[in-house]
Amino acid sequence: MAPGTLIERDRPRLYAVSTPEGLSLPFQVAPAGDRILAFSIDFLIIVAGSIAVSMLASLFLGGMQEVGRSLALLASFFLRNGYFIVCEARSGTTFGKRRLHLRVLSRDGGPLTVEAVIARNLMRDLEIFLPLAALLAPEALYPSAPAWGRFVVILWLLVFALMPLFNAQRLRCGDLVAGTLVAKAPQPVLLSDLADHPQPRPPAEPSAAPAGAAETITFTREQLDIYGIHELQVLEDLLRQADQGILDQRVLDQVGVKIRQKIGWPPERWSEPILPFLQAFYRAQRGRLEQKLLFGQRQEKKAR
Amino acid sequence: MSASDGRLKSAQFRREREDTWRQLETLVDRVEAEGLKSLSAVELNRLPALYQGAVSSLSVARAISLDKSLLDYLTALAGRAYLCVYGSKRPVAAAFADFFRRRFPAAVRRQGGFVAVALAFLLLGILTGFHLTRADPERYYSFVGEEMAQGRTPASSTEELRDILYHGDSGSALTLFASFLFTHNARIGLLCFAVGFAAGVPVPYLLFINGLTLGAMAALYHARGLGFEFWAWILPHGVTELLAIVLCAAGGLALGFCLIFPGRHTRLRNLALRGREAALLAAGSVALFFCAALLEGFFRQMVQSLPVRGAVAGLSLAAWTGYFLFAGREGRPWRPGR
Repeated sequence: MAPGTLIERDRPRLYAVSTPEGLSLPFQVAPAGDRILAFSIDFLIIVAGSIAVSMLASLFLGGMQEVGRSLALLASFFLRNGYFIVCEARSGTTFGKRRLHLRVLSRDGGPLTVEAVIARNLMRDLEIFLPLAALLAPEALYPSAPAWGRFVVILWLLVFALMPLFNAQRLRCGDLVAGTLVAKAPQPVLLSDLADHPQPRPPAEPSAAPAGAAETITFTREQLDIYGIHELQVLEDLLRQADQGILDQRVLDQVGVKIRQKIGWPPERWSEPILPFLQAFYRAQRGRLEQKLLFGQRQEKKAR
Repeated sequence: MSASDGRLKSAQFRREREDTWRQLETLVDRVEAEGLKSLSAVELNRLPALYQGAVSSLSVARAISLDKSLLDYLTALAGRAYLCVYGSKRPVAAAFADFFRRRFPAAVRRQGGFVAVALAFLLLGILTGFHLTRADPERYYSFVGEEMAQGRTPASSTEELRDILYHGDSGSALTLFASFLFTHNARIGLLCFAVGFAAGVPVPYLLFINGLTLGAMAALYHARGLGFEFWAWILPHGVTELLAIVLCAAGGLALGFCLIFPGRHTRLRNLALRGREAALLAAGSVALFFCAALLEGFFRQMVQSLPVRGAVAGLSLAAWTGYFLFAGREGRPWRPGR
């Protein structure tokens, strides 16, 4: 699936998982920004949870300061190490990840195992807390190291911390160890088939052409052999935008003129409205290309 | 409008299948919102079939349809259903029980070589520290840090040293347990595993250093004729705690090893295959740290008789050995990696 549409604002990074059924399913790799945001939310939950436990402990165990403090310490330990593991083992996602529609999946296409979840989360100390400690309180970590030594250690730890930025799949150390990947959970929206029912017009655009007009536009085989799949899908994008009324009429005009020139549209029919022409062209073009597809010819790009 | 004649094959294909896609979508929506439990038995039965249907639709659509929106939709739908069907959905309690009954001891057995190597490094450290300190007591200061020594130095009197063995640290046992014995040790252990990612290099170093400290302390007590009492003081929990450290370190070593010697896989793939299993050792060792901290925090404060202390040390050694050698052997074999 080449993400080669007309609009390439943010070309998603795709990772194809081969499912046990032998199908290759492309998932969008979660962008680094989303990952950071999701972690921040989870981190806040952990911190808030720890604080809540210690406050409750001091409230109810007022007389036993020691016990309260111990409970709070234990709770924060289990929260910090267990939160991610339990959440991800249950549903492959955490509260922060769910908020940003992120999912953990196994790179080999199999089910996400508990082992993998444990493995990817045990590495967090190395990736986040150790580099943080090295940056904020280096004395505690290596008291007697010379300055250059500290520099080297920080550099080394930063390599771990910034690992996701060094590879295309945004794998952190934990993902490497566990063989997992964090992907955007797909959000399907099924739009109507443009070729099947060309009727629905947006209210913003009053139907310019009579419904039957599209039927009268026909194309010759030569005219349909020029363009390929890429152009067809660009046209599909444009028509959908026109459907939603978010496309500038001038763009439509330009595209129409371009196509009419290219296929040698008879000059006497140039005055006909553009939109029905494009819709008819889309339908005819798709029919032709799909027919070729059935005979094993996949024409990706325009012929000339 | 008589579209039936001129209708495209791909549009017809969509007409025929769209209904089942919508059904799958409704199920997937509910699973995503409320979990698998919200489905009835019938629906649960239908989910895999509908998923298979979507998968085959996607294959067909890729071959015959050029409707980009349809392809995108099917790809996303199959992806979502895939996550529902293959995403991790095990009840945590069951997974937890299974982990300790079967997976953890089995993983330890499979990584036995690394466990042995880690143990060897630790013992080497202990012996080195012991002999070097016996030869020259001044070396004690370079092996045992100040906070670790807690006033136990060659300068202390024999009486003071003995006192520590029987009265121990002041303060509530529970605080001690929570703050230091458990959380601190477990964190160090987990880190010992995680640094294995740095090609395993820091792991033997950490083991050796810890061994040196222990060996030096033992030497100090031996020099005062308190050798047996020292071991009876440290081993009831030490067996468990050292074992936990060794397991973490073995996990770290396994991690480093599969990075350095990837065998016939690429490094990335090898890591993904073996890393999960190495992590099991570290995860399981948290439970060992917990036991060790309980023994150290409570038992040691309460029981002062030497034979009982020795018996507990021996018993815990036997229990762990038995557990790791024999637990989880029955049942279907679990194969690492697919």
